[in-house]
Order: sequence, then C-alpha cells, then structure tokens
Amino acid sequence: MSDDHPHWSPLSLHDMTVAYQRRPVIWDIDYKAQPGRLVAIVGPNGAGKSTLIKASLDLIPKVAGGVRFFGELYASQRHRVAYVPQRTNVDWDFPVTALDVVAMGLYRQIGWFWPVTRKWKQKALESLEKVGMVDMARRQISQLSGGQQQRVFLARALAQGADLYLMDEPFAGVDAATERAIVELLRQLRAEGKTALVVHHDLQTVTDYFDDVLMMNMRLIASGPVSEVFTPENLKKTYGGKLGILDQVGLRLAGQGPTP
Amino acid sequence: MFAEIWQRLTDWHPWDTWIVITAALTAMACSLPGLWLVLRKQSMMGDALSHTALPGVVVSFLAVTAARSLGWITEDQLDMGTQIALMLGAVLMGIVTTLLTEWLQKLAGIDGGASLGVVFTGLFAIGLVLIRTMADDLDLDPDCVLFGQLESIVWRTWSIAGWEVPQATVLTAVMLGLNGLLTVLFFKELRLASFDAELATTQGINARTVHYLHMALTAATVTAAFQSVGSILVIALLVVPAVTALQLSWRLRHVVVLTLLIAAISAGMGHVLAKVAPPLICGPLGWPAVQDASTSGMVCVAAGLGFVAALLLGPRGVVWNAWSRTVLAMRIADEDLLGQLYRVEESTATGDATAGVSWLVLLRLRWLELVQRDTAGRIVLTESGQTRARDIVRRHRLWEAYMQKHFALPDDHLHDTAHRVEHYIDPALLEALDAELETPATDPHGKRIPG
Repeated sequence: MSDDHPHWSPLSLHDMTVAYQRRPVIWDIDYKAQPGRLVAIVGPNGAGKSTLIKASLDLIPKVAGGVRFFGELYASQRHRVAYVPQRTNVDWDFPVTALDVVAMGLYRQIGWFWPVTRKWKQKALESLEKVGMVDMARRQISQLSGGQQQRVFLARALAQGADLYLMDEPFAGVDAATERAIVELLRQLRAEGKTALVVHHDLQTVTDYFDDVLMMNMRLIASGPVSEVFTPENLKKTYGGKLGILDQVGLRLAGQGPTP
Repeated sequence: MFAEIWQRLTDWHPWDTWIVITAALTAMACSLPGLWLVLRKQSMMGDALSHTALPGVVVSFLAVTAARSLGWITEDQLDMGTQIALMLGAVLMGIVTTLLTEWLQKLAGIDGGASLGVVFTGLFAIGLVLIRTMADDLDLDPDCVLFGQLESIVWRTWSIAGWEVPQATVLTAVMLGLNGLLTVLFFKELRLASFDAELATTQGINARTVHYLHMALTAATVTAAFQSVGSILVIALLVVPAVTALQLSWRLRHVVVLTLLIAAISAGMGHVLAKVAPPLICGPLGWPAVQDASTSGMVCVAAGLGFVAALLLGPRGVVWNAWSRTVLAMRIADEDLLGQLYRVEESTATGDATAGVSWLVLLRLRWLELVQRDTAGRIVLTESGQTRARDIVRRHRLWEAYMQKHFALPDDHLHDTAHRVEHYIDPALLEALDAELETPATDPHGKRIPG
C-alpha cells in the first residue's frame, strides 16, 4: 500500500476512475506528485482536469481507486490541503466583502460556532497583503474585477496555510498584472517547500511557469518534469482528440450505447 | 372617510394584538430560512416545500386521529400531540422532497427546476386528494390550508402563566427561536456553505448535510406557519423580506437584521391594512359590502409594497440613482463655467465665458460665493472661486499632458477628452498624474499648468 501511496508524495492517485452517471470521464489514473514542485495539469476541454481535482478532494464520488495526501486519507489531512475552485463556481453578488471571503479559508481553524474575531481578520488581511489586495479588503466582492476576484481566492487559499495547493484554472480570464502576481506567488510557495497542482490552459507558458506537467485526456498521457515530458509527441497524444473506442465503451457503461 | 378609518383603528381588541404578534412571529420565523434560500439561489425550493408540506400535514392529522381513537393519547394531549406530529411530518416531507428531486435529477437526467416541478406538484396533488377523501375524519379546511386564517388562531389557545396564548403563537415563537439560534450559532458555516459549497466541504463543513438540515428546518417552519398564513402566502414570507433586505445592504450581518425587521413591520402593517383598506378601497369602487380583508393576504401585500419601496428608494434604487446623476450634472456645469472663467481671466482676453450658461448655474455659483460681478458688471471669479477654478484647470491640463505622453494622438484631439475626464479626477489621482509626469510646467498646447 505504501508503495502506491508514499508519505513523501503530497498527492498520490492509484488507479483512480471517475464517472458521471456511470460514464467514465477519467480512467485509471496513476500519479504521484513530487513534493516542492509546481505542476501544471494540461489537457483539452472535457479531458477531466477539474474532475481529477474534485474527485481527489471527495467533492465528487469515485468509481474506483485510491487517493492519499502525504500518504494518508484526506479526512486526516484537510489542514494541509488548500483548494482554489474556478472563479465562476460562486455567486459574486453574494453580500460579503473581500475580507469575509479570505476569512472563509480560516473557518476550519476557527472551529464550529466561534465567530470570526479580530485576530482572524488580521490573519485574513495578511493574506490579502500577499496578493496586493489589502486596499480592497472592505469592498463588496461584486465590485472587484475578474483578476482581483481571482486574487481574493488565492488569498483565501494562502490563509489556510496548507502544504499542497490544488488550483482550478487560476489564470483563466485574468489581467497581465494578476497573472504576474499569481506566478510570483507560486514561486514563493515553492521556495517555502510547498507543492501546487494547477489546471492550466495556456501551453505557451507551461515551460516558464512550471517544473512538472501532468498531461491528460480522459486518461493519463504522461507526467514528469516539463523538460522531459512536455514534448510535441505527448502534446499530439493529449490534444489529438478523444479515443474513439474509449468513448464508445464509456457510453456502453452508461447504458447508452449498443450492448452485445 | 378618515373618521371611519380612525374608528376602525381605535376599535382594537386584545385579539388584534395577538394577531399582530402571531403574524410578526410567523413572518420573522419564515424570513430566516428564506434568507438562506434566496442567498443560495433556491427560492423555488421554498415554493416546493410549502406545497409538499400538505400531504405531511394530512398524514400527521390522520395519525393523531387514529392514535386518539386507539386510546394511545388522551383528549388533553390531543393538541400537543397534533403539533408534534405536524412537525415530524413536515421534517419528513422536507427531506423526502429534497431526496426525490435529487434522484429524479440523477436518474432521469432532468434539470433541477423541472424535477422540482414534477415532485412538488405531484406531492401537493396527493395531499389535496387525501384532504377530499378523508374530509370526514379530518378537522382540516382546504381553504384554511391554502390561504390561512390568522383571524381564527384565537380559537385554539393554551394557558401559559395565566395568559390564554393562541397555540399558533407559541408554535411560531418556538420556530423563530430555533431558527434564530441556529442562524446565530452557525452563521459562519451557513455563510460559507451558501457562498462556496465546495470549499465548505473541503473544510469539513459538509454542504450536503447543511442542505438537508436547511430543507428540513424550512419545511418545519412552513408547516408551523400553515395555520396562520396558509401554504401559498407563506412563500412570500420566505422570500420577500430577504429580497428587500438585500436591496438595502451588502453586509450579511445587516441583511439578517434587516430581514427580521422588515418581516415584523410587514406583519404589523398588514393587519392595520386589513382593518383599514377595505372601506378605503372597496367603498369608492362601489362594493360597500366588503368590510374585511384577510390579514395574512395583507401581510404579503405590505411586504410587497416594502420591496417596491426598497427598489425605488434603496441605495441602489431608482430615486437615489436619479439624485446622484443630478448632483453630478450640477457639479459638471459648475466646474465647466469656473474653468471657462479662469481661462478668460488668464488670457486677459475679453470673451464672455457666461454665454449660453444657464442662469441657474450662475445663481448657484453666486450663492456659493464662487463668482461675483465686477464694477464693469461682468461675471468674475471670487477668491475662493479662483482656487476651485485653478484646481479644475490643473486637472484638465495634466490630463492633456498625460494623454500626449501615452496616446498617439494629434494635440487638437486632447481637449475634448480632457474636458470630459477633468470632472472625475480626485486628489489622489491628481497626485499620481503629477508624479507620473514629473510635475510638468505646461500642457501640450504650451499653457501653464497651475500648481
């Protein structure tokens, strides 16, 4: 068991399959993240990148396979893992301020029932400071630009003080200044020995921003250091369209295709 | 007519007070779970739960009647037994509705709204059929179930410390207490689960569990409100106070307090309206026979009127918008004239800066002592007027200099934009402009930038 899920690996997936309505969207993923690295998760739309992250965090059920964080079950490692969902996941008209949202990252530490006291607000402000958003702390979140909203989400993850960061498309639809700020932040996290897995769409910047890459299209194509794995051949495999037979089998599992 | 209204209002009985208290408690009790429904964009779930509660109510009544005839509970315990059975039935139906909707969504692949529509109309229909077929065994009036009868709550009372308190009052007070307590205790958890269910779940606050509890509690509250306002009007109490409060504030804490206040005020207003409105409206329309209106209906009308008022008068409302636009237009007119006067005085040219300027603007500026007439009868700037005008011209010319540096535009294109922009540059921005341009002495046209 410990071979499949070693303690040194911040996130290890063993033979993980995830299905929506019985139709698999990712098949048999085997993966061990290296610690202290910035990892890009790349693949075309519908490749299952977000699904990979959500299933790891038990947000959607798995059909099969094991997930461990630092070699342990997620329930015991929540405090070491921070998740940055896609910005479009939430309602930005919700009546809360930027500071309120960042403080949400501290709720687990604050504990049930206890209110968000000044001490915690100070902590939240410190996180906002790190993403250059301290002036916006009292703004209602709908008054923030897309890039600023993304920084608020990052500040919230920072507030969690985790060792592993799972980010779902933090670079989507942000301005150049925010993109630089995120990259700076990622490098700082790495310097502190932390690990980040980032769903990333811009293939141009993979080499600049990341150490490792995980390439997938419903199944794992390749994973490892960018210099070794991020090759034209692997890119072609990743983006060369769905595998026809895999898709057909998926449909049949969902009871939608012809069966013998 | 006013005499009649006054007479109707002074004709206030103790039961009027009980009705207002009960209506207020009911409205407040409903508004809290309603606020979370609105925040989670699940207002329709409130509609559904208020309908599916009906079969729950009927089955609970039947169960209690059966228990009575089997001798399991005594006559004295009947009222209390009924209330307890009602609550249990409601919680059960709340969870059944939620689960059925989710299953339909998952198994049949129907979208959320549609599966909700199928489930709640189906269960509601079952409830109606049960009422009709079991009418003989049931002490339950379909009209009362649908529209409520606040006026009749005084018929069923409990003696509490020498007071004859209507049962509905006690029931809704308990629900309000419970909802209030849960909202205070779990404020932060509810906020997180409503805003970002996924993050809540990864932090160990299971958003699904929160959802089920919320639905069960909403169903229980709705059922408690049944006798007072009925299953249709209760939807208004769930949704309207929250929506109104959200028009008024951005801070969730304030929204919670406002929601409760609005609910209570709507209830009080509603009963007064019910007493006063019929002769006021129906009399002149030629229906003098209409002497009464249902309080529960009027509570919803009052809540609706409150919402319209918030929409118009709230901080993001139509009136406020129009006002701030007017203030801005006035400031722009003032600043344009002041700037113009400054330019005339600067060039020692003999132009008339006031040509085509509204007398209103002149009057206002004279009243503010920013301009005056000189001995020749011309309009000139006063000392304080000059300070203001210098600032405006400074903003204009610095912006021109800024545009010249960063835009590939011929110099004659700069004025018009600067003329628009100058009104929106605040001191902080002005300082930033000045720093960025390293305090230029002149603008692109060679005119001096006043410091």
